[in-house]
Amino acid sequence: MREVRVLLANIDEPDLHTMDVYERLGGYRAMRTALLDMDPEAVLHELEVSGLRGRGGAGFSMGKKASFIPKGTMDKYLCCNADESEPGAFKDRLLMQKNPHLLVEGCIIGSVAAGANKGFIFIRGEYELQADILDAAVAEAYEKGYLGERILDSDHSFDLVIHRGKGAYICGEETGLLDALEGKRGNPRLKPPFPANQGLYQGPTLINNVETLCNAPLIIEHGADWFKQWGEGNSTGTKIVSISGNVQRPGNYEIPLGVPVRDIIYGLAGGLPEGRELKCFFPGGSSAPVLTKEHLDLPFTYEAMVEAGSMLGTASMIVVDDSQPLVPLALRLAEFYRHESCGKCVPCREGTNWTVKMLERIDEGEGTPMDLDILEQVQGNIIGNCLCVLGDSMAMPVASMLKHFRAEFEQHMEAARARRDLAELEPRSAPELASVAEAGQV
Amino acid sequence: MADRMQEVRDEGALRETPLPPGWDEAVDLEAAPATIPDPAEVEVPDQLRAEIERLMSLYPDRHSATLPALGAAQAVHGWCSPEALRQVAAVMQVTPAYLSSVATFYDMLRTEGPATTYVYVCTSVACHLRNARRVYQALAREAEAQSADDLDLREFECLGACDMAPMASVDGRFVGPLSTDDAPDLIRQVKAGETVLPGRGLDDPGFRLPDPVPPAGGESVHPKMEPAGGTWPEGEELEPPPAEGPPPHRREIQEPLAPGTSHAGEHIDPLTRDVLEEEEEEGEE
Repeated sequence: MREVRVLLANIDEPDLHTMDVYERLGGYRAMRTALLDMDPEAVLHELEVSGLRGRGGAGFSMGKKASFIPKGTMDKYLCCNADESEPGAFKDRLLMQKNPHLLVEGCIIGSVAAGANKGFIFIRGEYELQADILDAAVAEAYEKGYLGERILDSDHSFDLVIHRGKGAYICGEETGLLDALEGKRGNPRLKPPFPANQGLYQGPTLINNVETLCNAPLIIEHGADWFKQWGEGNSTGTKIVSISGNVQRPGNYEIPLGVPVRDIIYGLAGGLPEGRELKCFFPGGSSAPVLTKEHLDLPFTYEAMVEAGSMLGTASMIVVDDSQPLVPLALRLAEFYRHESCGKCVPCREGTNWTVKMLERIDEGEGTPMDLDILEQVQGNIIGNCLCVLGDSMAMPVASMLKHFRAEFEQHMEAARARRDLAELEPRSAPELASVAEAGQV
Repeated sequence: MADRMQEVRDEGALRETPLPPGWDEAVDLEAAPATIPDPAEVEVPDQLRAEIERLMSLYPDRHSATLPALGAAQAVHGWCSPEALRQVAAVMQVTPAYLSSVATFYDMLRTEGPATTYVYVCTSVACHLRNARRVYQALAREAEAQSADDLDLREFECLGACDMAPMASVDGRFVGPLSTDDAPDLIRQVKAGETVLPGRGLDDPGFRLPDPVPPAGGESVHPKMEPAGGTWPEGEELEPPPAEGPPPHRREIQEPLAPGTSHAGEHIDPLTRDVLEEEEEEGEE
């Protein structure tokens, strides 16, 4: 199977991150079309008709989201969510590092559709290299007059600022991002009001992922029908899949939505290390419930993943082979969410904490069969009961591991208990005893 | 009051692990309320002041500059020290307390101790699957052995470079894939201020991930993957659980207990105390 490179078409071009090369390859043409030849309504319509769905995880239609922004003369904002922190996701890093002008152009087109005059790219602080590259790209765009007052003598003005986060996964949640951008702790807000109505500085705000905005110039330039030639049903277009974990060739691959999962894992990524078999995989980042071998022939679309009980999310596949014990993996996963939980609402703050404690107990041989039942129950109590989806993001994969691999959890627990009991019978190891004997204490 | 708390803590009887500072300290209600420092009284390095003022001008609301301003102050002071917070507060005209509330939320802002360089080792899910914990342990051992004191070496959550797992970020430069053998070099180069693992950084010219597909008829050039990131607890001599383990525990599906009954089937009046409790109390009397 081969990749279909649309977003990544020119990604190997040297110096693509400079204005000269980007324009030589046809860059900023779509921006001219959107600003000079199209009404903002037409831009919005084109995005809506293309069926482009948000690439940041939730998969909400981008055009529809932009159409929720109220009309009027109030200050409106565009935020690009470049706080890519989901374990397994690294597609935005590639786009921003190699092709920053595509994102800048996408932001300008997004601002036309939403009627926003001020935009921010919220990039995670760990991406220092990518933020520097974006800074340079924005400076170049200002120099050319593509950003600022009355772009290309049209009526549209747009300012773009690169805002660096300082390391918090929760700022990838859209309302947490807004709080962080306002200079506060990145706690998510209660919704509604949704950011489209009341977002940044209480103004209407359009928030989109990097990859979503990068698609906008292509849709405006080639039209919605061109974009819809790829994909299946309501999952249109191509998607960058970041594949990592136990595969031969981890990396970013662009595929049309709808290809079978097997082709991605065994075709593009070269399959698992020799002699290993697939145990399970996360189809959409660490917050997606795991799927197993029997799901390998499903088409990789938003709908099919939901039907199988998981989600496409950011399309960041993490592949786990059969040599990996699942309890430490689940523990590591839960520790991540415990660390990143902002602590604002109880089910998430306590739920992640207790999940970690229970998994630690199981891993250390202190667990009892009842722990698994409680573990399952705790996950059930988190899902759907939190302010944002961070709690769910832990609960869903942990619950799914428990569902698919309960026997392994039990086995791991029993083995760990047996080991602990053995250690109690022989409390001191031979070298330790030897050293004590030498010291004359025995 | 604070002294008393200190005494209690020093006894060591309450907890074995040290608590993070401030957790069990009572609030001093008599302290003066936090105020915005007077800009005339606080000396701020000119460059830092100019940078913060530039940042504030970028946003419709000056508070938005908090994160980048704290970052700039950290670059000058090595960490978000009380003095650094005071300087930022004076320029931004906010209280230092507000700034410390923000600084404590974000992982990249250091609230304890200065450091000149950071090394974040990703040990999140995808790196975990490729042995990241061992790499971190090797680095930590090495840092101690080479007494790299002004180094902020930490396990970090996903850094967004799962394709080069296991990896680390050295002052923002992503290097990987790492193995435990890289630890001595990495720490030595960080200490000497050299480029760390040249050629293996994400932005290095010619950087490519090792291609594991064997060239036609040749050997695989991919580094051999170690067994698993998720190790069985400590040591290789332990064997993973046998394939044929004890019979799995099956939950018996039970009807939920009716109100007022217990597992033993005895009747409990939910409004009164337990029979045993009553007996005990009677016995005491």
